[in-house]
Amino acid sequence: MRVRSVVIAAATATMAFAGSAQANLLDDVKAKGFIQCGVSTGLAGFSAPNDQGKWEGFDVDVCRAVAAAVFGDAEKVKFTPLTTKERFTALQSGEIDVLSANTTWTLTRDVNLGLEFIGVNYYDGQGFMIRKELGIKSAKELDGASVCIQTGTTTELNLADYFRTNNMQFTSVVFEKADEIRVAYDAGRCDVYTTDRSGLAAQRSLLKAPDEHMVLPEVISKEPLGPSIRHGQSEWGDVVRWALFALVIGEELGITSDNLDSMKTSANPEIRRFLGVEGEMGKQLGVPDDWAYNIIKQVGNYSEVYERHVGVNTPLQLERGINALWTAGGIMYAPPFR
Amino acid sequence: MAIGSDTQGTVRRPSIWNDPKTRAILYQAIVVVILTLFAAYFINNTAENLERRGIASGFSFLSAPAGFDVGMSPFLKYDPATATHGTVLIVGILNTLLVAFTGIILATVVGFIVGILRLSPNWLVSRLAYCYVETLRNIPLLLQLLFWYVAVLGSLPSKRESISLFDTFFLNIEGLFGPLPLPQPGFWAIPVAVTLAVVLVFAVNRWARRRQDATGQQFPVFPVSAGLLIALPLITAAVAGFPLEFEHPQQNRFGLRGGMIILPEFAALVLGLSLYTGAFIAEIVRAGIQAINRGQSEAAHALGLRPGPTLRLVIIPQALRVIVPPLTSQYLNLTKNSSLAVAIGGAEIVAVFAGTSLNQAGQAIEIIAITMAFYLAVSLLISMFMNWYNRRIALVER
Repeated sequence: MRVRSVVIAAATATMAFAGSAQANLLDDVKAKGFIQCGVSTGLAGFSAPNDQGKWEGFDVDVCRAVAAAVFGDAEKVKFTPLTTKERFTALQSGEIDVLSANTTWTLTRDVNLGLEFIGVNYYDGQGFMIRKELGIKSAKELDGASVCIQTGTTTELNLADYFRTNNMQFTSVVFEKADEIRVAYDAGRCDVYTTDRSGLAAQRSLLKAPDEHMVLPEVISKEPLGPSIRHGQSEWGDVVRWALFALVIGEELGITSDNLDSMKTSANPEIRRFLGVEGEMGKQLGVPDDWAYNIIKQVGNYSEVYERHVGVNTPLQLERGINALWTAGGIMYAPPFR
Repeated sequence: MAIGSDTQGTVRRPSIWNDPKTRAILYQAIVVVILTLFAAYFINNTAENLERRGIASGFSFLSAPAGFDVGMSPFLKYDPATATHGTVLIVGILNTLLVAFTGIILATVVGFIVGILRLSPNWLVSRLAYCYVETLRNIPLLLQLLFWYVAVLGSLPSKRESISLFDTFFLNIEGLFGPLPLPQPGFWAIPVAVTLAVVLVFAVNRWARRRQDATGQQFPVFPVSAGLLIALPLITAAVAGFPLEFEHPQQNRFGLRGGMIILPEFAALVLGLSLYTGAFIAEIVRAGIQAINRGQSEAAHALGLRPGPTLRLVIIPQALRVIVPPLTSQYLNLTKNSSLAVAIGGAEIVAVFAGTSLNQAGQAIEIIAITMAFYLAVSLLISMFMNWYNRRIALVER
């Protein structure tokens, strides 16, 4: 029997058998001693196993930040690779505590699927990648093209909407895993590869000849990507949400994993609160007071995480763009730390 | 000694608790009640859990717009603009049935041919059949599907260098393209002619057998049947003025579009399934033939029958009785294995309905239940048909 059927069957069964009493997930996670984190099955820069088989990436670091906040140790995470199709069922059924897998925040998912989106770690939009040799300059010229897409994504829905709006035809070639699509696209099975532009950058870096491919200028949708948790776990949601914000606030305050210890003596009360020198911010969340310190120390601030995994010096070469801080022309913004 | 017989005179009826009949009813009633309670508990608990987690339930999603493309829908026009999850379900079902039907026919043909070759007195032929069976039977189906899809069909020429057959059929990495027949007014006469030809063939067959039984004279049934089947529809078509036009695939800037297409995903799935299941069927056929006593073929030879008719008239009909029950299992396996299409981008029920629809609508329990019900129904139908066939060919003892 295949893994995916097992996951779905297990999930369905869990919903049937789960007891009615539901304890506070934050306490459960603390008692368990690690966070079970759902990530994608492999998307370079966002979540992919490295040479040593250790999960690494932009989405992975969200989970590591949460672990740093709760346990003071960013390594206390176990990762479950999930396809786009399995991911919500895995979260619904309680197999994972956090889903951090390039997931777009939409109304249906937030309301109807029993999920709770708790923030955005990457503002993205859907784009198209094609071979340069086709000589196409705009997505409006794609009438009649065959398009490779990943099943179970918002991408799939946007694609149909976009082609319908522009009165164009397409034939879809649908796969379940990002690498299956890449292989099919590379082999020429389809003309166009569509997904979030960050995903296109990630996949392009892995093609046989990345320079022969280009991403078209059109951005056809808003794709706010971020972690989600199970509906109705407010305390746990607060911890994950503020771990995410802590990354951004760290950058705002100019705190990096290098200067963090010297910052402890800063006169700025917000920095002092952030690093746990003053106040009891952690206690209010139900985690140690030095939780934000641990996040920056072990994971880095948002900018460090960004540049390490997806920034211009990585194979993905993604500019900060709208993901820059609000103070630097972007829309990345965290509520005040007080 | 007869229990409770009249000879004993007065018989004391056992107390109601000791009456096996009452006890049986009581026990069964208890089991039913417990099972019902159990089921009610699970259903109630599931509903409660779903509600607490804010997951919608019910079947109304079937009429909600699906909003995605399914990739392959040969029987009905699928428009992502208007399709609902219900449409996706129907497309998924039809695609699965198409794969199962084509696969079962191909697997049976392959299985019977290889199974018979496996018993060939020719050493080379039987060894080749043996190698085929052992190789395909012992490699996981998923690997074989990936092999066919990635290694074989993935290495087809690019769409700029399509292989062309008579300028009508084109083969490239996007699939096999051919002309799509478009029936014109007056086309109805042709299916009627085909039906008539089939009926005539049956009639000729019966008449020829009767005549042979009565007079011993043989009638060339095969050429006459073939002639009827080809000539009758052809003459009708000519009279009706060939009411059939073809839509040929056209080249656009991205490649060939229009006409009839066999997608590589579908081809890989059918090929993989039928060659894999064919290997098992070959062994079943071999076992069936070997189960027939040597005396049967010796007797047939003694009557002067050549090996061909011996096999066709004496061995196979008897072997079928051994073959059919395990063959049913193979048909069921093939049908269920078609769900492996997800791995190679196929578009059958598990991929499009239990996959994409499940993910977009999020209603795992309902969708999985519908999918399971579908597989159960198909499996039961195949079983029913095969059991009927088995009874029909069963040895009639007098």
